[in-house]
Amino acid sequence: MIAAPFFRWDWVFDHLGLIWEKVSEHLVLTGIALGVGFVISMALALIGLRFPRTYPPITWLTGVLYTIPSLALFAFLVPITGFTVLSAEIGLVSYTLLILIRNIVAGIQGVDPAVREAALGMGYGSRRLFLEIELPLALPVILAGVRIAAVTTIGLVTITALIGQGGVGFFILQGLNRFFNTEIVLGTALSVILAVAVDLVLVLVERLLTPWTAKRTAAS
Amino acid sequence: MDGQANRGLLMEFLGDLLQWFGENWSGETGWLARTGEHLRVSGAALIAAMAVALPLAGWLGHTGRGGLLAVSVINIGRALPSFGIIALALPFTIWLARSTPLIDSGLGFAPTFIALFLLALPPIFTNTYAGIRGVDADVVEAARGMGITERRLVLDVEMPIASPVILTGIRVTAVQVVATATLGALVGYGGYGRFIVDGLAIQDRLQLVAGAILVAVLSILTEIGFSALERFVVPAGISRRRRADVVPPVAV
Repeated sequence: MIAAPFFRWDWVFDHLGLIWEKVSEHLVLTGIALGVGFVISMALALIGLRFPRTYPPITWLTGVLYTIPSLALFAFLVPITGFTVLSAEIGLVSYTLLILIRNIVAGIQGVDPAVREAALGMGYGSRRLFLEIELPLALPVILAGVRIAAVTTIGLVTITALIGQGGVGFFILQGLNRFFNTEIVLGTALSVILAVAVDLVLVLVERLLTPWTAKRTAAS
Repeated sequence: MDGQANRGLLMEFLGDLLQWFGENWSGETGWLARTGEHLRVSGAALIAAMAVALPLAGWLGHTGRGGLLAVSVINIGRALPSFGIIALALPFTIWLARSTPLIDSGLGFAPTFIALFLLALPPIFTNTYAGIRGVDADVVEAARGMGITERRLVLDVEMPIASPVILTGIRVTAVQVVATATLGALVGYGGYGRFIVDGLAIQDRLQLVAGAILVAVLSILTEIGFSALERFVVPAGISRRRRADVVPPVAV
């Protein structure tokens, strides 16, 4: 018996349209999760910074969310919100919170107090101090968090295939159901490629937004 | 919608849920047996990964070699989708079962174990490596000056000092392994994933939510259990000094 080839390129070339569709779906699911996650995290981080007593409960709660396995969280959501994008996004967003909040808070707390002092001395109000001094200086740490959240989310999106979403996870699930290796390999490889590509794009964004760190980044 | 009616439905659902736990605990497909399956594959994968990653990272961290490897390992580990790895393990174990006498069946335990093992390696490796690299060079120097052998230096000096970071890595990994073991149901294994995967397939809300509760509780218990273990294992002098310095694993 001649064994079937492990990976069939012809199948891939026959399904380029579908692949493109699933890749875009994957990126959209990831983008929404990161966007919404970032807005919520920024709000919670600001509350935590302004009222330090609220910070431990915030990290505790997001920590518990982070600990609950993704499949379990999706399983909780399906009876309430169904096999929808909403179910997928609630789960995906909740996993970005811990990473993003920690890094936003760490970034802003890491701003040199002398710099803050100088800005206050120059007559900066708290709003301008935050937007023009603290936020830009915290940006490298915040973006490091965004990178981790992005890469993690791209992997998690594949699991949402089990609740009828899933981007390239669709191929993994279908490959499993049909015992068709090509689709499993394709789905996994696409997920890794997307993660690496998005990470690289975010590194570029970081370079553009924080040109003063270029030397340090190159050295590390 | 009527709030009163909603609450009634919720109470009814919670009642059904309690009943489900009461009726489905025994037998081969009961949640007690599923707990055993879930713990068995998670424990085996975690121990196997520790057996490989701890000595390797300890040695590389001690000699200072493989810095690039350590950085790559964590990045690759993060980018690998667990769902894809578990799905990929299946054709591999089926091939293994067919062409070697190593395993009887390519379904169930084998692919789940292999996937969990692979996914557990990077975080244990990276934390151990970072922990050993982080040991104060003066301490290492002092130990060498006292004429300690390199082997004893790693085991008696570097490992205990690095133990908070190493154990954090093991705890994070254990929680991740328990969570991912749920996906084993997709490749024919039992465990709690059975309830979720079957619940999704036949649209059985009760089974689905019960499975989700079981996995969530086990994950949180794993987290709590390993945190408690850290208190016992980390030497008192180090835990007092270092606890505050332990870097949370996800930040940067």
